[in-house]
Amino acid sequence: MPKTAYLTVVAGLCMATTATAETPKLTVLTYDSFVTEWGPGPAVEAAFEEVCACDLEFVGAGDGAALLARLQLEGPRTDADIVLGLDTNLTAAARETGLFAPHSVEADLALPIAWTDTEFLPFDWGYFAFVGNAGAQAPTSLRALADSDVKVVIQDPRSSTPGLGLLMWVKAAYGDEAAGLWADLADNIVTVTPGWSEAYGLFLDGEADAALSYTTSPAYHLIAEEDASKVAWAFDEGHYMQVEVAGKVAATDVPELADQFLAFMVSDGFQSIIPTTNWMYPAATPEGGLPDGFETLITPATSLLKSPQEAQAVRDEALAEWREALSQ
Amino acid sequence: MINRVPAYLAGALVAVLTLGTLIVVALRAEAGSGLSGADWAAVRFTVMQAFVSAFLSIVLAIPVARALARRRFWGRRVLITLLGAPFILPVIVAVLGLLAVFGRNGIMNDLLGALGLPEMSIYGFHGVVLAHVFFNLPLAARFLLQGWLAIPAERFRMAASLNAPVGRLLERPMLRTVVPGAFLVIFLICLTSFAVALTLGGGPRATTVELAIYQAVRFDFDLGRAALLACVQFGICAAAALIAWQVTAVDGFGAGLDRVVQRWDGSRVFDGLWIAFAAVFLLIPLGMVVVKGAPGLLTLPDSIWAAAGRSVMIAVISAALTVTMALALALHGGRLVAVISVLPLAASGLVVGTGLFLIVFPFVRPADLALPVTIVVNATLALPFAVRSISPAVQTVRSDYGRLMDHLGIVGWARLRFVVLPRLRQPLGFAMGLAAALSMGDLGVIALFADEQNATLPLAMYRLMGSYQMEAAAGAGLLLVALSLLLFWLCDRGGRAGADL
Repeated sequence: MPKTAYLTVVAGLCMATTATAETPKLTVLTYDSFVTEWGPGPAVEAAFEEVCACDLEFVGAGDGAALLARLQLEGPRTDADIVLGLDTNLTAAARETGLFAPHSVEADLALPIAWTDTEFLPFDWGYFAFVGNAGAQAPTSLRALADSDVKVVIQDPRSSTPGLGLLMWVKAAYGDEAAGLWADLADNIVTVTPGWSEAYGLFLDGEADAALSYTTSPAYHLIAEEDASKVAWAFDEGHYMQVEVAGKVAATDVPELADQFLAFMVSDGFQSIIPTTNWMYPAATPEGGLPDGFETLITPATSLLKSPQEAQAVRDEALAEWREALSQ
Repeated sequence: MINRVPAYLAGALVAVLTLGTLIVVALRAEAGSGLSGADWAAVRFTVMQAFVSAFLSIVLAIPVARALARRRFWGRRVLITLLGAPFILPVIVAVLGLLAVFGRNGIMNDLLGALGLPEMSIYGFHGVVLAHVFFNLPLAARFLLQGWLAIPAERFRMAASLNAPVGRLLERPMLRTVVPGAFLVIFLICLTSFAVALTLGGGPRATTVELAIYQAVRFDFDLGRAALLACVQFGICAAAALIAWQVTAVDGFGAGLDRVVQRWDGSRVFDGLWIAFAAVFLLIPLGMVVVKGAPGLLTLPDSIWAAAGRSVMIAVISAALTVTMALALALHGGRLVAVISVLPLAASGLVVGTGLFLIVFPFVRPADLALPVTIVVNATLALPFAVRSISPAVQTVRSDYGRLMDHLGIVGWARLRFVVLPRLRQPLGFAMGLAAALSMGDLGVIALFADEQNATLPLAMYRLMGSYQMEAAAGAGLLLVALSLLLFWLCDRGGRAGADL
């Protein structure tokens, strides 16, 4: 490179550094798949930076289950202004850390349940479901699955949010009889994987008839791959919901910007990106509605969801039942 | 004499990364719950599967290594390099490769079905052991093969001319020096296994201590329990190491002249069968990785190539660091070095990562340190293998030439440069290749530190899987295997140039 050009670059870099020093920076701690080039991250970053005169930075911290532990490790000194990607099974524990502040956003949400939480605001949601191949035997309830010889692969509730979701699903549907259902399910479970990726990969490789995933998973195959061969099984007991939320970190140094982001999060600019990048339902239906293909998805008649307090209260008991039944 | 400072530095680094991080995690802990019955069940399962896996790996590796040591055939070198592949595969790639053979939809079940036999399931205790043997048999075979090739050719000639039993006089004493150490290393690798055990174990009965640590940190945020479990893991390691050192014998014969080993004993057919067994068992799952990955290889996104470049850079630097530290430690020698060089195997990856995170977080943004931290941690984690590979050769040089060199006044740098290093080329090359390949496939601390801009190839591959990009992930897996093998082959080849291994 000629020397003059080099100097221009150096000067440019210096100016760029000064420029970033003046724009406020918003750091959002989230899970890895949100940040990748297939996830919502890049589009959300571009859309928000257009309106905020700020620098939005996403920091990926493993999967959803790892987010809270990461924030607790960092403690009050954290650089994060927003934590995005916890679900309602984790919000009670998150609240107890005292690291979050109330948000001030009023939003018109499209969730099948009423939303009253003042600290955590949903950005998308979905139903857990077993996803199998079209045309194959499809049980119509958890009970029918347990009584059949259909093979499924699930995730470990101790290391994965869908795994924990299934634990809550069985508990919500069967209550005190959950242990019995798990005992009958044990011979249907090919194996238990550490995370969603491994389970879904095993299913696609033909290791199981279905994997625990979301009712929206077939939309990915339909829209991104033009492949209509995957279906979610509709279960009579209803489907447990996952509501993914974001919260404002109390120690943030840019509280107004954080509020602005949360308000943006439930607006069209953010919500229209969600369906075909995160493959979940948007928390507030965008103006254009849902993308083509989503109308083919099953809509559970009953939505199951434990309140954060209940979810936290039954977690250890449900985990013990699960471990007991599957260790036989 | 040899300068001792490098050995002290290496030792201090290992101690800080293994024990230091554990102490940091324990100090950060709030009042925790202690260990539960389920934790002890995990300890029992962990020790049991690690013992059986290590035992089978070694028992099967003995005939394979002997066959490879005494037979010459076309493609032997390539086979030996390829046999090293399973050990350096990233877990998820290897598991998918194994499942393509032994899974419900795999080749084995297709064959069984064609013969009208009932379906077999890989999931369970036997699946965990099968996967661990798949990973570690090649490693055991390489350690043993080195042992066999370290027996000077003169002794085999002597034995042949006297018609003396080779097995009893030469091979068994060699095995007694090599097997306990190899057993220990493999036992410890299996001890800290996590994803393999869970995925193939079929459920929570296959919970290992490492998974319990993972749960304590991530699910309960109970750092106290995580630290306790890590202590239990170190305790098991210490017990295993003491037993292994107790039964290790010391070689008593004199030096040889590095001639090529010629052998007159053993059955060709028998050796051929063992080599065929190892090749089929290890290479077919590997072949399936290639078959599955090839379609995705052409459509890999740019970010994967960037991650691959970073991984190669990390691997090369950390391998150089590993070999330097291993050499310093091996030249120093002694019990303490033996302790230092097994510590990293017993350390919990998650505790090391969490401890480092707690140490650096108050001062810098963790993502800024992702690459240096990964280099240092990977170098340390590969250290046990490097020391194990270099140490016996250093001892041999010392016992065979030490007095001669003292007598001639060859000391310090000259001794290292002209006598020691040339005789260590082969183990140094092997150690460097292994360290580079291990670093390529490692997914330990990087996950806690990296952001989008500095992901390594295994991390990028996991992220692909997390975004439904299974085909691209399989392609990335193949790229990872290919790069790991290439690095391993280049280093190992450099060490073996001109030698008959």
